[in-house]
Amino acid sequence: MAENATPDRLVSQGPSEDDVVAALDSLDARPETNLIGALQEVQDRFGYLPSPALEAMSERSGIPLSRIYGVVTFYAQFYTEPRGRHTILCCRGTACHVKGAGRVLEAVERELGIEEGESTPDLMFYLETVACLGTCFLAPVIMIDNEYFGMLTPQKVAAILQNFRAERQ
Amino acid sequence: MTRLDSIDALEKLRGDLAAQEGAGVVVRVCSTGCRALGALSVCEALEREIARRALGSKARVVRAGCHGLCAGAVAVVVDPQGIFYQGVTTEDAPEIVEETVVGGRIVERLCWSLDGEAVPLKHDIPFYKHQTRLVLRNCGVVDPASLEDAIAHGAYSAAAQALSDMRPEQVIEEVLASGLRGRGGAGFPTGRKWQFARAAEGEPKYIICNADEGDPGAFMDRALLEGDPHLIIEGMIIGAYAIGAKKGFIYVRAEYPIAIQHTKAALEQAREAGLLGESILGTGFDLDIEMRVGAGAFVCGEETALIASIEGKRGMPRSRPPFPASFGLYGKPTNINNVETWANVPRIIEEGSEAYAKVGTEGSKGTKIFALAGKVRNTGLVEVPMGATLRQIVFDIGGGIPDDREFRAAQMGGPSGGCVPADYLDLPIDYDSVKQVGAIMGSGGLIVMDDSTCMVDIARFFTDFVQSESCGKCVPCRVGTRRMLEILTRICNGEGEIGDVERLDRLGKMVLATSLCGLGQTAPNPALSTIRYFQHEYDSHINERRCPAGACQALIGYRILEDTCTGCGVCLKACPVGAISGEKKQPHSISASVCIKCGACHEKCRFDAIVVE
Ligand SMILES: Cc1cc2nc3c(=O)[nH]c(=O)nc-3n(C[C@H](O)[C@H](O)[C@H](O)COP(=O)(O)O)c2cc1C
Ligand code: FES
Repeated sequence: MAENATPDRLVSQGPSEDDVVAALDSLDARPETNLIGALQEVQDRFGYLPSPALEAMSERSGIPLSRIYGVVTFYAQFYTEPRGRHTILCCRGTACHVKGAGRVLEAVERELGIEEGESTPDLMFYLETVACLGTCFLAPVIMIDNEYFGMLTPQKVAAILQNFRAERQ
Repeated sequence: MTRLDSIDALEKLRGDLAAQEGAGVVVRVCSTGCRALGALSVCEALEREIARRALGSKARVVRAGCHGLCAGAVAVVVDPQGIFYQGVTTEDAPEIVEETVVGGRIVERLCWSLDGEAVPLKHDIPFYKHQTRLVLRNCGVVDPASLEDAIAHGAYSAAAQALSDMRPEQVIEEVLASGLRGRGGAGFPTGRKWQFARAAEGEPKYIICNADEGDPGAFMDRALLEGDPHLIIEGMIIGAYAIGAKKGFIYVRAEYPIAIQHTKAALEQAREAGLLGESILGTGFDLDIEMRVGAGAFVCGEETALIASIEGKRGMPRSRPPFPASFGLYGKPTNINNVETWANVPRIIEEGSEAYAKVGTEGSKGTKIFALAGKVRNTGLVEVPMGATLRQIVFDIGGGIPDDREFRAAQMGGPSGGCVPADYLDLPIDYDSVKQVGAIMGSGGLIVMDDSTCMVDIARFFTDFVQSESCGKCVPCRVGTRRMLEILTRICNGEGEIGDVERLDRLGKMVLATSLCGLGQTAPNPALSTIRYFQHEYDSHINERRCPAGACQALIGYRILEDTCTGCGVCLKACPVGAISGEKKQPHSISASVCIKCGACHEKCRFDAIVVE
């Protein structure tokens, strides 16, 4: 998952009509043959799936809006609300679990003051858990955007998040 | 790359590449799994050093895939000698170049060590010595970003052979005779599945590579796609030819960014070189393969759900029959195999089914890749013949349990599997034997648990997982797993009731028998298998309100041993909630009412003065 592209303006007002048109004009995947791919592209652009974009997609493709929403709400990685710019994926997989992933997640939640599925008020971070990052040899693992952090302890996590924030301010 | 319009052109290119491949030193850095620990900077540092010393004509760095011994990240192999270095950082680059690349000498401090002795060569390290790396043979060797490098290492020769010398039926017969069974979990004979798809009426036919790898603790498919993507594409070409498909899909989960990147690049290269598209290698056979990325649903690993997802629908499974072989993608005959299954195919064609079937057991042929993780020293990717024992995998290859703890169980098969206890360490592992002991081979995740792992908590963990991943379509799975989770949660919280184990057992068997798809039909396995082997742990939780492993947070507390505490104050600083108090140099204490049991103090204490009880 790339860094979310949510510009601050979008958060308060949502995308403009032009933004939506531009996004749909530039799709590689056609919703008719690859709905999930098309939704992924829209989400890569806005950081989430704004409802005007879904409505426009439905209109253009002829796919009923209800079906599009059905798909969007089924998959964990589609979001209908703006999220923090950097996605933190906390692994809750088996290997991570037996090596203390629960405490790592608690530490992230404590450090950021949010729970799984929420964004920080400054929209810096969005926190989510995943089933396994396929990096079990580094358990417990978290991923921030596309970067892995492994062999974590609650202390290390706090330091990583503080550094991450400091580097970007 | 120029288009290869005939098999001769492919073989000529292979010959030219072999002639170019001089005698230089090749430094192969794992640039995929090890990326998490800075492998890319290590590559850059090595390249800088080689350039600075103008060694460009004598040495090169390959950004290879996973070497397997992930515990040794960042792992580097220097060829042709086959020297294995572990824990490599950017600072080690000058020394590796000076000593090994230029001088041909060994940097001992970076070597694997056995009883204090350095073991410099990869094939002497016990982790590798006890493996049979056939499917993984080029993983960690080839540059996954380069089609030329793959071809130089033999890629697409089996596909060329199948397309030119064999009829589709012959290919299927060969795969059937090899005894290959699906590596995605259920172990269905691959050749049979191909036969069904070939015989099925309807056009066009499709093939799919299932790279959803949703089982937590499994990373075999990830490593294969990242480290040797052309092997999978080659397997798919052979399969498509055999069943008569012209279109294929690779469905990769979104959590694998490197696998997505490498697969996409490999597909593009293959297309450009005429290895995909119209008239592959001039043989008149057409196939294109498209990649699709998942959107975060475990159940989409199930074949009918995966097909629904490619069709742009909610990823809900449907009941079978009809099987995808007759009614699959867009209602057409479809053959779906797992990544590792596809990866086995080229070797069967190349070496013949007879040679292939020499490895393995009576009912399970070939090798199996396991992702070894959890409480084991040498975490990583392991490939062994079917029929190897858990003891060989966990102890001979895995190096045993760290911190001198005791082996408790191995969790096999992820959320559909079970926990295999120490009694079965010498059981030869194949599809059938594992099933008999209440687990499943599954995709190959193997998580080792020691005596600090609570088996009730593990059952609760998996039930929580399947409960939240249940798609909700059928009642037994949607409601049954929820009720099971409630019971397990209250047991872990010390609120278990007499009769809960029996209730769980009954409920589990009901969910198992009545669910719609494989998710629900196997969801109770973790609970049932832990009840079968570790019922005494359930009893301790329920009758004594005690967690013998010291893992269930509600049933434990932390206490500072007054006599051992030196009053250093480290725990006091580590505590995130200020539950610890004490004067410097005086024994400290923990306030139980403030403590959130995060374990930070326990982890930080250098004097073992904090105990869990
Ligand atoms: C809940 C569930 C999840 C599954 N997840 C996967 C998976 O991640 N990868 C996979 O290859 N097969 C998975 N399977 C098995 C597939 O349904 C299917 O059997 C497999 O892809 C067939 O390939 P094979 O014959 O090569 O093993 C899953 C099955 C179920 C019921
Ligand atoms: S279990 Fe956490 S990365 Fe696999």
